Amino acid sequence: MSPSADAIAVAAILIVVLAAYALFGGADFGGGVWDLVAGGTERGKAPRELIDESITPVWEANHVWLVFILVLLWTAFPPAFAAIMTALFVPLAISLLGIVLRGVGFAFRHTAQRLRMQQLTGVLFAAASLITPFFMGSVVGAVATGQVPVHPAGNVLAAWTSPTAILTGFLFVAACAYVSAVYLVIEAVHRRHRELTRYFTIRATAAGLLTGALAGGTFGELSASSPYVFGRLTGIALPLVVVSIAAGIAVLGMLWLRWYHPAGLRATAAVAVAAVVFGWGLAQYPYLFPRSLSLAAGSAPTAALVAEFVVAGLAVLLVAPGFVILYALQQRRMLTTAKSDADLRLAAQLEPAVAGQPAAAPASTATRITTALVLAVVAIKAIRELVSPRNGQ
Amino acid sequence: MGTVAHVLAVNPVPARSQMGSSLGFHIILACFGVAFAAVTMTAEFIGIRRGDAAALLLARRWSKVMAVLVAVGAVSGTVLSYEMGLLWPGLMGRFGAAVGWPFSVEGIFFFLEAIFVGIYLYGWQRLPAWAHWWSGMPIVVSGILGAMSVVAANSWMNSPAGYTLSHGRITNVDPLSVYFNASTPYETAHMVLAAYMVTGFLIAGVYAVGLLRGRRDRYHRLGFAVPFTIAGIAAPLQVMMGDIIARFIEHNQPVKFAAMEYVPRTVRDAPEWIGGIFINGRVYLGAAIPAFDSILVGFNPHTRVIGWDTVPASERPPLVTLIHLSFDLMVGLGFFLLALAAWQGWWWWFHRRLLLTPWFLVPAALGGVAAVAAMEAGWVVTEVGRQPWIVYRVLLVSNAVTPSGGVPVTLAVILALYAILTVVSIGVPMIMSRRWRRGAPAEEAAEQVPYGPAPTPAATGTSSTPPPPAVPGASSGPRGAP
Repeated sequence: MSPSADAIAVAAILIVVLAAYALFGGADFGGGVWDLVAGGTERGKAPRELIDESITPVWEANHVWLVFILVLLWTAFPPAFAAIMTALFVPLAISLLGIVLRGVGFAFRHTAQRLRMQQLTGVLFAAASLITPFFMGSVVGAVATGQVPVHPAGNVLAAWTSPTAILTGFLFVAACAYVSAVYLVIEAVHRRHRELTRYFTIRATAAGLLTGALAGGTFGELSASSPYVFGRLTGIALPLVVVSIAAGIAVLGMLWLRWYHPAGLRATAAVAVAAVVFGWGLAQYPYLFPRSLSLAAGSAPTAALVAEFVVAGLAVLLVAPGFVILYALQQRRMLTTAKSDADLRLAAQLEPAVAGQPAAAPASTATRITTALVLAVVAIKAIRELVSPRNGQ
Repeated sequence: MGTVAHVLAVNPVPARSQMGSSLGFHIILACFGVAFAAVTMTAEFIGIRRGDAAALLLARRWSKVMAVLVAVGAVSGTVLSYEMGLLWPGLMGRFGAAVGWPFSVEGIFFFLEAIFVGIYLYGWQRLPAWAHWWSGMPIVVSGILGAMSVVAANSWMNSPAGYTLSHGRITNVDPLSVYFNASTPYETAHMVLAAYMVTGFLIAGVYAVGLLRGRRDRYHRLGFAVPFTIAGIAAPLQVMMGDIIARFIEHNQPVKFAAMEYVPRTVRDAPEWIGGIFINGRVYLGAAIPAFDSILVGFNPHTRVIGWDTVPASERPPLVTLIHLSFDLMVGLGFFLLALAAWQGWWWWFHRRLLLTPWFLVPAALGGVAAVAAMEAGWVVTEVGRQPWIVYRVLLVSNAVTPSGGVPVTLAVILALYAILTVVSIGVPMIMSRRWRRGAPAEEAAEQVPYGPAPTPAATGTSSTPPPPAVPGASSGPRGAP
């Protein structure tokens, strides 16, 4: 049974939304990674400020893509959603934990004044930026290898702890860091900050090379763990893989030559990531879970798919003008951080009193990395402890 | 160890507790997402219209608090989206095609809200006054429509409709019938009104405390009056709505209604129990108004009220005492808030000024907490009252719960996280307000909220030229009101 046209169309929308989240949300996570390794209070001040300025405006809107992924998946492909959520309960729950901690870090970071509090929220933000993409990657790896059973009886530890899944997790972290660093180069160029431009150029190059290496490793693993996907990646999806590799090399070349063309750099880096996501989608076709759950068997009735299609159309109709207004206003510099309410306060006759203390600085790198590692190790230990006895039965 | 984990895993109680606590937490923040923009824009309207600087200052500060609360709400809302699958794969796997679609509609409004909150928050300085005011309008509209979409999904679980089931799989869906199911108009209206009451009474409560402490300037009086008026208008509508909904539930989900009102057996002349604990077929410590339940249901003491004996014991909701007392608490607090609003309205009608005696302000300061408690109690009634069904008379909770182990762990983690989120969403506005009271201009300028576009280079660079005043009439003085 071949999948219906609606199922293919909604699956295509899902892949586009996934790519959008990988690009926009991924860049935000990557920002957290660079924040983590930015060094001590003094040394890391400039890059941290740049990261903060470039994530603050967008993280909320970028986060909405994730909600769209969940919603699309559960409405259009309910059996797949239920199976993923059951079998991969553990990595999903941990990635959710990361999302919440990041939000807390964000909400409190800018208001916290005391050093301790700023360090704590900074650590939360950075640790979460590492944990979340890693476990999301392991989920994708588990799906791509077809190790998610269609009717799981509970957690499936083997699915997301396979070498492929773990490698995909690391690949996600590296890719986030890479995309983010490229965007930060553009931001630094935009601000005419020569030092930071160099700083992030080096990091973008390093992350790009690491991403390439990890992608190669994952690709190699796939040949053994998921012959079907590997076969299609080297077959019908090969052009997309080639495009991605070419774009990746092009970005590295642009960075090497210091040719910081903002739109060009941004688009090329985006193509490098999006092409891989599209390639993955094409390689899985016509399966939701390779070889076990087909698109035809796993999709909702036609009316539900059409409804999702309508929603996607409405979203474009309603949300796109909103974004146009937002960006148009921002370009015309109509949107600024409020400087002070002094004018209104004077007019309202609320007299000012004494001035407060200046803000303190975030945590040292050592503290951040240690905390992040300890959190990760404890989490994995706890899960293994909890899950393994049942698996052994 | 393995068996213990297994027992805990297949038992729906941890999953139910986790969903309940997540929903119970998120719903408070969601109220601010729905209604805060309207409150802020009312203050801004007064400020622009009358050139009232105090009102404008209130609006500007409220928008900052709104940004923090909406951001935390976005995160806790994501938790709920995950939990739909993590905890209830049996629901989403079988009925996702139906119940999932209202959530997709909500996604659009979530996006719109996020975009326009950014514009509203960062447009204060440079946008023309009325253009800025209008930029808040999409937040108000998408807040209401977004809430309706999410609640429509919950309504569907109470009144499932618009799908065809064959061999346990959904084979056809009618999206409009899913969205506009029998419960939708009642539940969505009830929730939107509740959101306005919770937001209005909570904000008003903050300023009531300020007034009690002797800060009786125009800033504090307006800060109290604007949200209190909005919530006070919603209160009588809500009480009326509640009465209508009770009759609808008696008709639509009679067993839930029986649990709410302690009706074990189908009877005429059913008494209305106020308070009381139900043990072994008897109500202790409660006061009964003879035949009043029948009157409320059918406007006649001889109206027959259906009891829970009409369904087998396995299909009756557990914890009837909890359901009944939650219902009583909700109704009682609703009337308390209505009385507060009526008292202030009466005084304003005859004296044309605010009633600011401690006799009024002390209960008014607690009004926000009361509104939250009433809303939480209402959710307990509707959610526990639907048990043991997750989709009423279609799917049992025990068939929807995840078979994965680890829910007790995530429950513990979630509870800890919500403790943190609560501290953040109360603590951040408190820190802001303390700074505002200290009134150090430099500090307020540096204040950041987790939202909106970055400061443009022009804005950060040219500090020598002051920005144009947000409102032409802003400097005309604080006593612009009649």
